[in-house]
Amino acid sequence: MARSAHPAAGQGDAPFLRLTSIVKKFGDSVAVDGVSLDITKGEIFALLGSSGCGKSTLLRMLGGFEQPTSGQILLEGQDLVRLPPNERPVNMMFQSYALFPHLTVWDNVAFGLRRDGLPKDEIAERVEKMLAMVQLTPYGKRKPHQLSGGQQQRVALARSLVKRPKLLLLDEPLGALDKKLRERTQLEVVDIIHQVGVTCVMVTHDQEEAMTMASRIGIMSEGQILQVGRPGDIYETPNCMFVADFIGSVNLFKGRVTEDEADHVIIDSPECRHYVSHGITGTPDMEVHVAIRPEKMGIQEAAPGPDDYDNPVEVGFNCAQGTIRDLAYLGDQTIYHVVLGTGAVVKVTKANDARHDEARLANGSSVHVWWWGSDLVVLTQ
Amino acid sequence: MWQGILESFMGHVGRRFVISVPMVFLLLVFAMPFLVVFKISISEVDGVRFVDLLTWVDGVLKLQLKFTNYRVIFFEDDLYLRAYLSSLGFAGITTGICLAIGYPFAYFLARSRPEIRPGLLMLLMLPFWTSFLLRVYAWKMLLADNGVFNNVAIALGVLAEPVKMMNTPFSLTLGMVYTYLPFMVLPLYANLVKMDIRLLEAARDLGASPWQAFWRITVPLSRGGIIAGALLVFIPCVGEFVIPELLGGPQTLMIGRVLWDEFFSNNDWPMASSVAVVMVLLIILPLALFNKFQAESTQGGRR
Amino acid sequence: MKNRAGEITSAIWLVVGFGFLYLPIVTLITLSFNESPLVTTWTGFSFKWYGALIRDVPIIEGFVLSIKIALLTATASVVLGTFAAVAITRFKRFPGRTLLTGMVNSPLVMPEVIIGLSLLLMLVSVQRATGYPDRGMLTIWLGHTLLGMAYATVVISSRLQEMNPQLEEAGLDLGAQPWQVFFLITLPLISQSLMSAWLLTFTLSLDDVVLSAFLSGPGSTTLPITIFSRARLGLNPTVNAVATLTVLVVSVGVVIASVWLARAEKRRAREMAAAFRITT
Repeated sequence: MARSAHPAAGQGDAPFLRLTSIVKKFGDSVAVDGVSLDITKGEIFALLGSSGCGKSTLLRMLGGFEQPTSGQILLEGQDLVRLPPNERPVNMMFQSYALFPHLTVWDNVAFGLRRDGLPKDEIAERVEKMLAMVQLTPYGKRKPHQLSGGQQQRVALARSLVKRPKLLLLDEPLGALDKKLRERTQLEVVDIIHQVGVTCVMVTHDQEEAMTMASRIGIMSEGQILQVGRPGDIYETPNCMFVADFIGSVNLFKGRVTEDEADHVIIDSPECRHYVSHGITGTPDMEVHVAIRPEKMGIQEAAPGPDDYDNPVEVGFNCAQGTIRDLAYLGDQTIYHVVLGTGAVVKVTKANDARHDEARLANGSSVHVWWWGSDLVVLTQ
Repeated sequence: MWQGILESFMGHVGRRFVISVPMVFLLLVFAMPFLVVFKISISEVDGVRFVDLLTWVDGVLKLQLKFTNYRVIFFEDDLYLRAYLSSLGFAGITTGICLAIGYPFAYFLARSRPEIRPGLLMLLMLPFWTSFLLRVYAWKMLLADNGVFNNVAIALGVLAEPVKMMNTPFSLTLGMVYTYLPFMVLPLYANLVKMDIRLLEAARDLGASPWQAFWRITVPLSRGGIIAGALLVFIPCVGEFVIPELLGGPQTLMIGRVLWDEFFSNNDWPMASSVAVVMVLLIILPLALFNKFQAESTQGGRR
Repeated sequence: MKNRAGEITSAIWLVVGFGFLYLPIVTLITLSFNESPLVTTWTGFSFKWYGALIRDVPIIEGFVLSIKIALLTATASVVLGTFAAVAITRFKRFPGRTLLTGMVNSPLVMPEVIIGLSLLLMLVSVQRATGYPDRGMLTIWLGHTLLGMAYATVVISSRLQEMNPQLEEAGLDLGAQPWQVFFLITLPLISQSLMSAWLLTFTLSLDDVVLSAFLSGPGSTTLPITIFSRARLGLNPTVNAVATLTVLVVSVGVVIASVWLARAEKRRAREMAAAFRITT
């Protein structure tokens, strides 16, 4: 059951890259189960999902290394499925970088241009420009094994960009780098991509990477795209439990709709009653899940009063009592795990925004946790 | 799957070319000869020529299959059966000894210090690259009645008179073990050197003694190497000719020599062919096993 | 096994094992300098067998022929082996794949008497039907190439499998045609294994007795055949001289190759270290 059908976003109307009902089967197992996507020109689109969800297979189909069992791929109206990889205006940066070990950095980057039969001086000019862009100019004569991991990654990027493809594919581009390097490189890579001006589809299992680098994200699971949208949209408005749980952390309450109005909804769950500050499409008495993010919750010993809510109507709702079971102090924030009366555990994160907190909570403290109705998301699936 | 990427875009012609060149060569040079051998083994010999199997006689298609040779092999002259059994026996013993000597050898090689290991490997490969014929010949000099061993032993007073070592089952086995030892050591070494030492450390951590760790973990994991090595030794040993000829004697009946004699001495080509056919049948099971094993190891890269 | 007993056993086993392997070689070399043709006595140090070798026409002729055949065999084996290796490791299922794999692998273990006999009988049948080919260098070369191809395929396949398949994909992705990918990317990366396969099959061909015996004709006697005939009859000192020279050439070759490889490794390590000293 494909969820998203051509959601348009970003600048421009005509989809630059359109995937229609792509299915890929390996024997009896279905790797990609009816994916349809529209990518707009110039955007960086991330396919995010855990291993085995089909994102790499989808990427390889864009590159031409797998043939879809059925479906269509149109790049600026051109049917890609018929074309072998060497004839597509698409270039890929491989997960293993796949730098040619027997060629120098310079020759690696020039490889694609040489295959096109371009004149020597034009090749030289473009290679030099590219190397300068990735800051590897003094390394032209080296062989890949003489470079560090970060440098190799930049060569791979340069090599895939130098032909100015219509579409750039990145396969776990920063997976092999350590954390500090990764953080620095993420923004550099985005810069370079914008400088060259290519449309980019990347595949990653790292949420932070997707959120940092992409203008739009598609969450994939078991061969299907569950939700497509800007990072903020996906984070604050997940459309299902999987997505809510996949991105960041989330607290979920199971409940039943007891009051369903146009501007608010009341949901009863064992832990407490929820006042949701917006209407939902649904039937009365519907079974739903209510989601609230840990950083949007308050935690204190005393019960919250009317001043703690943005809408005084919510007093008596959106609040639960419990004891702190664990707390983890992380420097910039503290994570609390609170056991509620029903035995359910909720996660609350609080920024440590003062150096000395007199009312610091400890393990075993009895606390109230509360939240605003406008921060609640109701999930029907 | 990457397998097939290069090929899918090579075009029909390219792909067919790459497959047919080796295929045609092998069909002509390897497969066809077997059919010819089989045919000759059941052909009547008319003086020098082989009579065709199918002939027209008075408008009737006549099929002449002469199974006499096989009858002789199986029922009449027990030389052949004895030779087959003897060959299997010697091959088996050789394989066993090679395993017994070669396994520790490969193991110690794999565990040797990394600095000296390339040197040791080079030492192992060097005899392999020098002519095996010459090295087998050298054993003649060493084992002869007036050869090096006997002379040295007598000179040292260890022996009163020469011990007969030449042209005996002993010398044959020694020669075969000597020649085929590298074939056992190499696959074992390749297997053992890739083995994760951490598995053994984990076993020790859980309370196993070194001996137990060896038998319960190392040996089972090296099963692939053992099988490969055993097949690489056993199958060729069955049909070995040069070593029995140079180092063997009247007591060491080997089917390779029988075949050679039938062909070169008796000039009985159909008989030699029949002997060959039966030999192939003998080794067909281990051969099939070997092929399966090789196919599996080249499939290792498939996703 | 880090304990003392283990180390001692290891050392002893290795020393005895290597001693066993090298005993015949050492014997051959030592006795090649023995003045006396007999093994029983050492009458003095002499080069006379080497002198006799130079005047020994059958041996010299045999040597020349063997070298020629070996050169042809090695080259043909590597070419055919590369085809077979590519078909087996890179192609999806094709009809006849099991047959090809079986035929390529079997000569590795099949007793040479069987291969020799069957190939000879087929060639004789062809000759009786068409008058060609005569037994000689061509027929020996055919047999050797069959065997050589099997070895070459194993060596080359193993390297092809180790190679990162994404390298070929990258080549395609950057616009190279499949044949360009093969010649510009695959071939350079397997070149070392091609060289090993060439040397291996060269040695195999040079040393082969049984196949050569079955497939040779009048006037095409290879060096191993000559040595074998003499060895069957008894002990022959010129053979010792041949052996020593062979060992010398091979040792020099192997040592040079190993040293060269070791140096290349060291150079690579130094360059890697240098690369990391410069900040990213």
